[in-house]
Amino acid sequence: MPVTVKTFTSSQDAAAALSSDRGARYLGGGTLVMRSLNEGDVTISTVVRASDHAMTKIDATGSRITLGAAVTFARILAERDLGFLHAPARSIGGPAVRNMGTVGGNLFAPVPYGDFTVAMLALDAVVSVQGGLGGREIGIEEFLQSRDRQAGTLVLAISFAKPSSTEAFRYRKIARIKPKGGAVITLAAHLPLNGGRIVGARVALGSMAPTPIRARAAERALEGRSLDASAINAAAAAAAEGTAPGDNALASAWYRREIVGVHLRRLLSGQE
Amino acid sequence: MAKTALQFQHNGREVAIFVDGGTNLLVALRELIGDMTPKFGCGQGGCGTCSVLIDGELHLSCLTLAETVAGRSVETLDGIKDGPNLHPLQRAFADNFAAQCGYCTPGMLMAAKALLDRNPQPSRAEVVEAISGNICRCTGYEPIINAVLAAASGGRARA
Repeated sequence: MPVTVKTFTSSQDAAAALSSDRGARYLGGGTLVMRSLNEGDVTISTVVRASDHAMTKIDATGSRITLGAAVTFARILAERDLGFLHAPARSIGGPAVRNMGTVGGNLFAPVPYGDFTVAMLALDAVVSVQGGLGGREIGIEEFLQSRDRQAGTLVLAISFAKPSSTEAFRYRKIARIKPKGGAVITLAAHLPLNGGRIVGARVALGSMAPTPIRARAAERALEGRSLDASAINAAAAAAAEGTAPGDNALASAWYRREIVGVHLRRLLSGQE
Repeated sequence: MAKTALQFQHNGREVAIFVDGGTNLLVALRELIGDMTPKFGCGQGGCGTCSVLIDGELHLSCLTLAETVAGRSVETLDGIKDGPNLHPLQRAFADNFAAQCGYCTPGMLMAAKALLDRNPQPSRAEVVEAISGNICRCTGYEPIINAVLAAASGGRARA
């Protein structure tokens, strides 16, 4: 069914068009919205686009990194300053999907996709959105919890503090097809060390709930401790707590619960 | 619903068409321009057989809104041969038995071309990565990987 395509040069105008029309969806790289259109999703009557250059900017020079919502995974892989994000970016799709898929769109990707968002959740990112009435910043956790209601807002950018060291940020995606495939589960952890102890542990899981979630029990098991065997064991034992995975063709909910602790242990102990 | 005028370069030639809102590039190429080389496989971005180059970059035409290529250059498998002469990649696919049913071949060739255009001497691992978004269900990946490596080394077989 034909849809109306509206293209704006300013993100504000695009946000206004998006918020005033229930059937409007924002088109980023196309990997989600075009797929829905191809599948005959009749709830989409209008496609909104913005050609605002600010949305394609990467600012990775300082301690706080900002990625425009339209930044593709291929561009992240080309950015040397973003080396710690190469693993999550490379774990998504094949080259064509990485040339198209965007950081902003990934926030809306349903299970078994959305791997980059798991990394963003572990890094405690802030999402800048433009609504019909103005702009605001939302913590990524709050954003994900209310994701179903965010369709009328336009994501402009995502920002986060650069990890203090390369070991502080870890990422692991479990897929059945290598090197490409939807996730069985995805794990990311940010474990800043202060005097040998973890301060501000964040562990994020993908495909363990309808949206990426934090493994708070595992975070508590790590907080204030050094990353030794007993802390790792405690975190692994608590990994599935509070999760609500679903069944899909890649794995059952039971299987996901069984393996999440195993893979968290491997992630934390640096095993391949 | 009103149609939108769309102009872009198709294999080096300027084309102008009218598209319905929401038309994807694959439909525009096949049904409006008559270029049947990109194939419809899944419509979801999972199979890669609709792969084309947009301004030299590998994209999935089924997930590309046709209007977004206005003023840009779109290259399909139809454009890679030189008159009656096959492109070295096409020659290598034929010589290395890299096409059985042939349905994935257009996408495989475009993904391989995207790789060789920027990395003329790829490693085997780089070839595997380059075609990782393209699914083959009958030939098997080994002959395809070997064909890309053969094309990269100018037709000479590589260990």
